Order: sequence, then C-alpha cells, then structure tokens
Amino acid sequence: MKLSTTHLGHTYQFQSLKSLLAKANEEKSGDRLAGIAAESVQERIAAKEILSELTLKDIRDHPLLPPEEDEVSWVIESQVNEKIYDAIKNWSVAELREYILANETTGEDLKRISRGLNSEMIAGVAKIMSDLDLIFAANKIEVLTKCNITIGQKGTLSSRLQPNHPTDSVEGMIASLKEGLSYGIGDAVIGINPVEESVESVKRMLHATHDFIEEWKVPTQNCVLAHVTAQMKAIEQGAPADMIFQSIAGTETANRSFGIDAKILEEANELAKTQGTGTGPQRLYFETGQGSELSAEAHHDIDQMTLESRNYGFARYYDPFIVNTVVGFIGPEYLYNNKQVLRAGLEDHFMGKMHLIPMGVDICYTNHTKADQNDMEDLGVLLTTAGVNFIIATPMGDDCMLNYQSMSYHDVATLRQTFNKRPSPLFDKWLEQMGILENGMLTSRAGDPTLFTR
Amino acid sequence: MDQAMIEKITEIVVSKLNDQPEEKTSSQEGVKVWDYNSEKPNVTQVSNGSRQAEEAEGKAKISTFHTPEKQIDNKETKAPKQQPDKEVWDDLKQLTNKTPARIGVGRAGPRPKTNTWLQFRYDHAAAVDAVFGKVDESLLEDLDLFTVKTKVTDKESYIRRPDYGRRLSDEAKKEIEGRCRHAPQVQIIVSDGLSSKAIDENLEDVYLSLQQSLKSLGLDVGTPFFIEKGRVAIMDDVGEMLKPEVIVLLVGERPGLVSAESMSAYLCYKPRLDTIESDRMVVSNIHRGGIPPVEAGAYLGSVIEKILDYEASGVELVKKEG
Repeated sequence: MKLSTTHLGHTYQFQSLKSLLAKANEEKSGDRLAGIAAESVQERIAAKEILSELTLKDIRDHPLLPPEEDEVSWVIESQVNEKIYDAIKNWSVAELREYILANETTGEDLKRISRGLNSEMIAGVAKIMSDLDLIFAANKIEVLTKCNITIGQKGTLSSRLQPNHPTDSVEGMIASLKEGLSYGIGDAVIGINPVEESVESVKRMLHATHDFIEEWKVPTQNCVLAHVTAQMKAIEQGAPADMIFQSIAGTETANRSFGIDAKILEEANELAKTQGTGTGPQRLYFETGQGSELSAEAHHDIDQMTLESRNYGFARYYDPFIVNTVVGFIGPEYLYNNKQVLRAGLEDHFMGKMHLIPMGVDICYTNHTKADQNDMEDLGVLLTTAGVNFIIATPMGDDCMLNYQSMSYHDVATLRQTFNKRPSPLFDKWLEQMGILENGMLTSRAGDPTLFTR
Repeated sequence: MDQAMIEKITEIVVSKLNDQPEEKTSSQEGVKVWDYNSEKPNVTQVSNGSRQAEEAEGKAKISTFHTPEKQIDNKETKAPKQQPDKEVWDDLKQLTNKTPARIGVGRAGPRPKTNTWLQFRYDHAAAVDAVFGKVDESLLEDLDLFTVKTKVTDKESYIRRPDYGRRLSDEAKKEIEGRCRHAPQVQIIVSDGLSSKAIDENLEDVYLSLQQSLKSLGLDVGTPFFIEKGRVAIMDDVGEMLKPEVIVLLVGERPGLVSAESMSAYLCYKPRLDTIESDRMVVSNIHRGGIPPVEAGAYLGSVIEKILDYEASGVELVKKEG
C-alpha cells in the first residue's frame, strides 16, 4: 500500500491508512482536537490524492480497528457480501467515485455494490467527493422503509415532528404536536425527547402520543427518545411504542459509554417485534453524529467522518425504520462553524444512503457555534435536493427543551412547496382529508393548531 | 418585544386574574410573562389565580414571542386588523398557554410572519451574546464557595479544547487539597460552563434547598466550591481527588432561545477518571420557566438518597432498580 506522494517537489508521507483517512478530510475542528488533522491545505489534498489511488482491497486488508477487538467492526465485516466484494476489490477509490457518479450507474446498481463495501470504503470515497458529488450521488438512491407507513419514496420529503417540552408537560407537548400537524409535519415519526428519562415519564409520553394518533387516525408512528433500557421497560409494562430509539456510535467503547452494546439492540428489536405497536418490518430508530466517539474519548485515533460511516454500517445490521445524524448538535468543538456543519451534513447523508440507510438529518446548531438559522435553511435546501428521507422540525426551529435550533415546521412546508416534494403518500392523503394540504400546498386552514381542538 | 406589547399581554393576564380573584398565592405556579430582551428581571411573575394545575408541573406561561392578534390572523384573506373569532382565540390561547414553544404563530405563505421571524432572530442574538460571561462574585461569596480554575485559559480554548475543561489546573488541585474535607458522602461542585447567567439566576435557590434537603436526610456533605469554565467530566477529576460517594455538579447549560439561564445538575456515584458517560444522570432545564430552582434542589436530594441506597447512578441505577 503506497502512502506517499510528491507534489511540486514536496514529498508527503503518511504513517498509516488511519492517518491518511484523517488527513484527507475537509477541515473539521474535531479532527484538530484529536490531533489527527492535516497540517496544511496541501497536505490535505495530497492525502486525498493518495487515497484516490488505493484499492478497495487495500482498505479492507488494513482494518482501522480489527473485528477481534471491536464488535462494531465485527458487525460491519460480517455483512460484506464476498461475491460482490470480489468483483470490485481491485477498483481504486477514484474508480469507485467515478462509477458512483456515472450516468450509466443507477440507484439499483449502487444498492448492489453497497453490499460489497465496508464503512471505511464508503467514508474513503466520500472524502474525495465534492459537495455536489455527494448531493448528486445520494439523490440516485431510494431507500424505502415501513413501520406503520412507508416513507422514503422519490419525490417525497418526510419529517419528524419534535414537540418537546421543558418539563415534559403532556398538554404542552400535545399543543406543539397540533401545531406541527397543521403544517403537515410528522410522517417519519412523532418523536419526543423527554427531560426526565424515567420509565414512568416514557410511559406517559407514549400513551399520550399513541392516544392522539388513534383519535385522529394519523398515519405515522410514535417514539420517545429515552435510553433504550427505559423504553424497553415501558413497553414491557404495556406502554404503546411503535418504535424503539437509541443513540449509537462507531466504536464498541463509545457505545459502551452510551450504555449499550450490539446485544441490547437485538433484544430491543425483538421486543419491538413481539410487544411493540408498530406494524413493521422496520421498528428501530437511531441517531448519530460526527464527534460523539471523540467526545467519549473512544475514537481510537480514527477521524470523526470515518467513525460516522461506521455508525451506518453498524445500524444497517438492525434494519432500522429511520436513522438521522444530529449534525450540528454536538457543538463547535467538533464542527466549528456553518461551513463545517454543512459539509458534515452532506457527508453523513451520502454515507448513510450508500449503506442503504433510510437517512434523515436533524439540521441544527447550538448557540455557541458560529452559525445561524440562515445556514440551516441553506443546508435544508441542499439536503432536499439530495433526496434526504426526512428532516427534523420543531416550532419555529427553536427546541425549548434541548436548547438548540433545528428546522421549523414552516421550513419543511416551504422546502416541499419549493422543490415540488410531497409528504409520504398515506400521510399526504390524510392531510388532504384534514384539509391541511391540497396538491402539496398548504391550504388556508393550514397552520392553525385549533383544527385539532374538539 | 416592545414595551407596548408586554403591557398588553400583562393586561390580558391581569384582567383574567381579576375575573377569579379568590386564589392569590405567590407560588411557583403563577403565570409568567417572559421578556427576552430587557435586562433583569426578565420574567414577570403574576401571582396565581386563574390557572389550576393541569399537570403536576402546572407552570402555565404566556410567552411574548407572538402577538395575540396576528397569531390567529393567519388567513391570507383576512384584513390585518380584523378581530379574531372569540372561540378560535380561546382555543388557541389554551394551546399557547401550555408551552413556551413558539406555536400559534401563523404564517405568510409557508413562511413565518415577519414579527415572529424577527423575534426569533432577537432571541438567537441574545443567546449568542449570553454564551460565557462572568459569574457574580458576590453570589459565590454569599454562598461561601471558593473559586478554582480548570486548564482552560480563555473562551477559545474552552471551545477548542474540551479536554482542558475536564481537568483541574495544578493550582486548583493544591487549593482543593488544602481546603476540602476528604471522602464525604456528598460533594457539591458548581461550574459556569457555557452560561454564567444560569448560575447567577438559579444557584442560590437550588443550592440552599439542596443543602437543606441533604441536611434533613442526615447526609454528610463535603466542602463545596466553584470551578471556572468546567465541563461535565470535571467531576471525575474532583472525584479522583476527594473520593466522595456522590458528586452533584451544578452547571450552566449552553444558552437556548427560551432561556439563556438554564442550569443542569449532573449526578454520579463515585465519579473517577474511568467513569463512563452512561453512569451519569442529569436533571436539566432548571430555571424559572422549567423546573423551578427551589423544587430542583429538594428533588436532587431525593435522587442522591436513591443513588446512595443503590450504590449506582445512571444506567447502572436503572438496572439495579429492576
């Protein structure tokens, strides 16, 4: 494996594949924090050039974290289809990029080669792709999943309705839920982050959302985003949950810091199947985000983008209904400003789709990041054109419980109208029946939460 | 939000209160009118009268980020000054009273109304300006908290180097060594984190009620102190030095739009350098519009008691509870 190159008389030498992958990244504060970022812009490009010439076999033969030492690696490795891998293993990363972008290569073709790729290869190719490459390629891939309803169809833009409340007040949560539905939000999930992660609190929120969904016959699914163990207990005690949620990470040690491992996720999936209220076949919901492994000091000197890709390889094993990166939530320590958040959002979405993940994005930022709402709107536009499965939406983009800003109910409605996108079909039909949407446009009744006051 | 609007909303609240004058208390369950822009006080508390506790929390608020007329006046066909249908108005108010979330705000096509948008921008601007800041030293003196530093030297290094915020400076270690009692049952530490305002506004109430609660539970509390620019995992460094059974860290959260003064309490059983995140527990959203500081202090006491009973915190505690 060749790890050096000469450009304009200067020789660039890299220590390992791990270091090369890190230095080939676009600028990220998290890679600098980890002490693994490129020292100069030229070194960054040199790393990209060397990476482009490596073969897929080079990458597979030099695992960053061997499967014997890390169960996430093991889970990813166990999914590689050897026949498909054999057919493409001598491709360079550059050839993979050009295959992905070729007009002759369809979404179905990409789905096929996806089975022969591991997460490091997918991260590798994304590192030599431009923003528009990432958008163009991701837009080829249609990933459909179904829990109670099917989402992900071409031409649709789904959304998670996130009606959080600072004290977990059920009435307060329902008020935000009504507002969101009146803008046509919520077909991916009605998902609440509880302040208090107790089993009692989870049960209360599950019952409240389930009852509302039943009463108004809303074609969607509910979820309360507490720790997986709390949700499992709530379900065992009879609470109605369509899906089980968990935050995941790209290494076993980082997952352990979240209080999870591969086994507990399997148990959760099984429980959702036997005691959950979701129809299926997909019943899990995962959240990810660049930087979480480093934040838990469990990154093994691997860069945050490659680790993020490993999240999707790990997630794929469990066949989730939805996955989203919470791209700007982690803060400027890992993604310093609007430019870094935007790039990461496009990378995550593409890498997720290349893993055949039903990929959504929480397009967001915190108040100590150098970004504002305009930047989120910009990324919303880019991801909509990239065919993102769903976007997270909160009232006016302000999550009054988690203290960060995401996209708004208005934003999702605007993106749909601007790009001629529709909600997923069953939800679209329900919105028409409710008089909220007509041919994809908000009606005069839309935006009024008292529609749901009886 | 302009002064006229605040007065108008206050008037609405007060006139409603006057309809039912019988229950006047100054409890935490009053109606709050939030003003995001002026200096203190930024919450006007109107004593409770009209609102029964719908929830255990029952903290109804009327937020100032939407204008009453415009919120229902969202049909493009309506004239701008038309009086809203009273029934719709009441229905809408019932919803907006339940949450500080920006709902019932109407729209212009699919976009927000101009005033709603500008209010949002105002609030974001305030939150950005509230990041960091300096804690009122007289408050720390009053509560008898001495101050130590982490390895962080300035704002930029706080952001760029989270690892610095997780470790005490050498001087800090010396000072803690000299002034703190070793191996108490409970160690209270305080840090400004990303919001000094959170400490200024909430610390006194939370701290005093927590002390009282721990005292009534008969728990042995160590020597508390304040850590400048700390992160959550600073408790591990402190735990390693002082070997308490439980640490409770009161820390300023990153400022949000609804509140730039929200505080969190992180709790951990025997935090040490090898502690993992899932062993920590957090009670977040402690501020006047969230979990009231006085109640939070008392509640934390009961959580600490539970942690000591089970000798575990976080996911481990959930497991042991069975």
